[in-house]
Amino acid sequence: MTKTKLFALMGASTLGLMISANAVSAQQSGYLSFLIDNGPQSVAVAEAWVAAYTEKNPDVTIDIEVRPGGGEGDNIVKTRLATGAMADVFFYNSGSLFQAINPTQNLLPVTNEPWQEGVQESFKSVVSAGGEVYGTPFAPAMGGGIFYNRGIYEELGLEIPTTWEEFMANNEKIKAAGKTAVIQTYGETWTSQLFVLADFYNVLAAEPDFAEKFTANEAKFATSPAALRGFEKLQEVYEAGYLNADFGAATYPDGLRMVATGEGAHYPMLTFGIGAIAETLPDNLDDVGFFAQPGDSADSNGLTTWMPDSVYIAKSTSSPDLAKDFVGFIGSPEGCDIRNEAVGATGPYMIAGCELPSDVPPAVSDMLPYFQEGGNNAPALEFLSPVKGPALEQITVEVGSGIRSAADGAALYDEDVRKQAQQLGLAGW
Amino acid sequence: MKRSRASIIGGSAAIAATFVVFVIPFLFIILMAFKDRQQSALRDFSWPTGFHLWDNVFEVVRTRNWMMITAFVNSSIITVASVTLLIVFAAMVGFVLARRKTRFNGLIEFLILAGLMIPPAVVPTIWLLQGLKLFGTLHGMILIQVAYNLPFSIILYRAFIATIPRELDEAAVIDGARPFDVFFRVVLPLLWPVTVTNIVVQSVGIFNDFTNPLYYLPGNQNATVQLTLYNFQSQFSTAYNLLFTNILLITIPPLIVFMFFNRQIVAGMTAGAVKG
Amino acid sequence: MTAVAAPALPKRRSLYPGWFYAPAAAVYSVLFLAPTLASLYFSLTRWTLFDATFIGFDNFAQFFREPFLVQGLVNTVIYAVVTSGLKVVVGMLLALMLTSEIIARGYLRSVIFFPVLVSTVGVGITFTVLMHPTQGMINQTLAFLGMAGPGWLVDPRLALFSVALVDVWKGVGLATVIYIAGLVAIPRDYYEAARIDGATKLQNFFYVTLPLSRPATATVITLSFIGGLRTFDLIWAMTKGGPGFASDTIASVIYKQYQAGFYGLSTAGNVVLFILIAVLVVPLTMFLNRKQGHE
Repeated sequence: MTKTKLFALMGASTLGLMISANAVSAQQSGYLSFLIDNGPQSVAVAEAWVAAYTEKNPDVTIDIEVRPGGGEGDNIVKTRLATGAMADVFFYNSGSLFQAINPTQNLLPVTNEPWQEGVQESFKSVVSAGGEVYGTPFAPAMGGGIFYNRGIYEELGLEIPTTWEEFMANNEKIKAAGKTAVIQTYGETWTSQLFVLADFYNVLAAEPDFAEKFTANEAKFATSPAALRGFEKLQEVYEAGYLNADFGAATYPDGLRMVATGEGAHYPMLTFGIGAIAETLPDNLDDVGFFAQPGDSADSNGLTTWMPDSVYIAKSTSSPDLAKDFVGFIGSPEGCDIRNEAVGATGPYMIAGCELPSDVPPAVSDMLPYFQEGGNNAPALEFLSPVKGPALEQITVEVGSGIRSAADGAALYDEDVRKQAQQLGLAGW
Repeated sequence: MKRSRASIIGGSAAIAATFVVFVIPFLFIILMAFKDRQQSALRDFSWPTGFHLWDNVFEVVRTRNWMMITAFVNSSIITVASVTLLIVFAAMVGFVLARRKTRFNGLIEFLILAGLMIPPAVVPTIWLLQGLKLFGTLHGMILIQVAYNLPFSIILYRAFIATIPRELDEAAVIDGARPFDVFFRVVLPLLWPVTVTNIVVQSVGIFNDFTNPLYYLPGNQNATVQLTLYNFQSQFSTAYNLLFTNILLITIPPLIVFMFFNRQIVAGMTAGAVKG
Repeated sequence: MTAVAAPALPKRRSLYPGWFYAPAAAVYSVLFLAPTLASLYFSLTRWTLFDATFIGFDNFAQFFREPFLVQGLVNTVIYAVVTSGLKVVVGMLLALMLTSEIIARGYLRSVIFFPVLVSTVGVGITFTVLMHPTQGMINQTLAFLGMAGPGWLVDPRLALFSVALVDVWKGVGLATVIYIAGLVAIPRDYYEAARIDGATKLQNFFYVTLPLSRPATATVITLSFIGGLRTFDLIWAMTKGGPGFASDTIASVIYKQYQAGFYGLSTAGNVVLFILIAVLVVPLTMFLNRKQGHE
């Protein structure tokens, strides 16, 4: 395994050398600030990119600034954009959150830049506004589903579930064996949303036009049986007593550790968690597998996918050419290789020419079939509708800890969503 | 002098109780800062298996391109400058407010109370700072701290000045001194005890403030100590030894202030009481 | 006014010149009052930071439709009452202890006061670790003693009170110091007179100490009650209003709306909080001051 990895690394660096040889003619100089979120993955990959880029362009200085993630980070990004104090290049979500930062006014379009040719259309569609493309993928695509511990599955002779019933049956067996069946980590509230968000493939399978109707204020979580299922699933795992004892206080790193070391069997999460496991628990990386959140029928089993976050250039930048060159570097196959080296491979890239190393961890290879031609996947709701209520994570904590019923939680979320739609000025609200 | 056995027993009980309630949490922080990553993950109250403090300190200080150094410099500048302005401005207001009764006093008292009560309107403030070209600057931050903390300082001063006999400043004016001199030569030195209290309370409050710098001071070069802790919280989410080393590091400046001023606080308050 | 006006030399008035207000007033009105007044307008708009659309009182209507606001209101009042009440009682008791002839006074005073000086974020993080339901030192100690510790911060019925306790832990030192100043300021003659009248210790406390330390009580209550109503840092560092909405206060609700980018709505929440504070605190201070005037 180490050997193959070494080859992959060598391959990557040779490729890097070839590309940098081409780029020498256009050496850059100047200063850039680069704002990223404070996740260890983001920091590691940003540092690797900056190091590689400034090595090629010694006259360039790039200062990495770090902001908190989550809602506080959103706020900082919005505030700094509005006050013209944004870093030259910054990292932010695509999809509905991207729409909320008023891209046409605040960002520099990159529609016709050369590196955009290699970016997949499906990604461009979630970083576009007013006919212009603004973003470049910062990371590989992700899936939202369930990490499982392969050791426990082997030990108890369990099959990968394709329906929710099978999933719950597995949970029962795991619980009977005296283990934690489902890991939840409400100490970091955003992790509580996964059962609801990752169920969206199943929602679309039942109601293909849910997203449009939802945006138009015609479909609701509380009144659509398919959409309500996500909340119900959250309630079911709590009521069945499958959760870890400290689910209320455990954090995201705790959850990853538990599923990787076999302290728990299932952890619903986005696949970017693979990168964190690779960094903190490399020895357990091969013990973690992944499957899509099962629906009610085995015929429609598929993965809810997340578009990667994106790198944007602020319109207020004083060196747009340098910023574009740097972003183009990130969005190149060389950028992907540097990423693979720095934090490992966590999913398929959205950039032509970006390759995954041959020895991806099992959780990644479990995910890849869903992305391949003919694979069953559908984007998460936040990439089909600009409406996402900010209080979802508190509501899912309540439903997931038995404070509120699934039906009440869904109704409350519909109420929360209405505010967001009104703030965005959508028709029909 | 020896009062009774009761005071010794009571004292011992008080020492034991305060030790558990107030001292153990700090010992916990210190012990955690001495541990390595594995041991600190247990989060228990145990003796460190090795001496890792210097490694931890170096690791924390070095993180994010020596950001702690920048943060300590910035926090010191903000704290010293804003506390100095606060002392002078608040003492002047407290003095006049306590001595001179006019029909505006009610309004001024109301504004002071309002300042204590009303949560600052963050977005309009950002919008205004932007217009004044003060957004994201240290001097903007200093003025914000002065504005937000004036009411509390004024209240402390006014209460204290009320305990100083008016005859003192009236005697000074008969000697022919100007009000400005009376204030700075006679009144302000008399206020030293409450000034010490003000310095301690406000400098610690400003040094420990994190919400305001979070909004009014974006950018790495403006990092403050609390922001750094806040940013490191998720970065060190699996490294409790580093997290608590960070907490320990930012607890040291208040500790120094405390050790330096503790006697003077107590002496100041006793002195004020004797005068009253 | 009366005292100063009597001998009537114009020079006398300038001993307390009005311009002494000027520097403070300038900073305060530009950086605090002006944005506050501006917030009254922005609370009536749907504000994206990029542009503001006037929508009348819709934000306020919305704010009162927000299902958690009522909970947040109740929580805010509970938090303020619990923290200020405990700070008054515990602060007074500690001050009595520290002004008596107890041993190790210096040590006790230092230890009780020091948490006031420590970073709120640091205290919040520390106690979050200590109060962890399974890994925390508090529950591990309880388990060692054979008791099952509660989920301090994860039980929706307890979370608010756990944070309030930490708030008292951190803030009671200031109350104690204020009380010590108040107690030491009581002239010895009163106790002397009470002693001659043959008063018991308890009578001493209720008829001399308590009424004469009322200014200190007023200060402690006013500061900690308003602080409690506005509290945000500690709740945010420890529970972020959770689990769910169980420990949300108005300040954290406002902050979440602000985070979500509902700037107009959040500003409206500011105004609501301001009104709540005014409604509770103005009568309270009037009450405290009137009693004081009777002395």
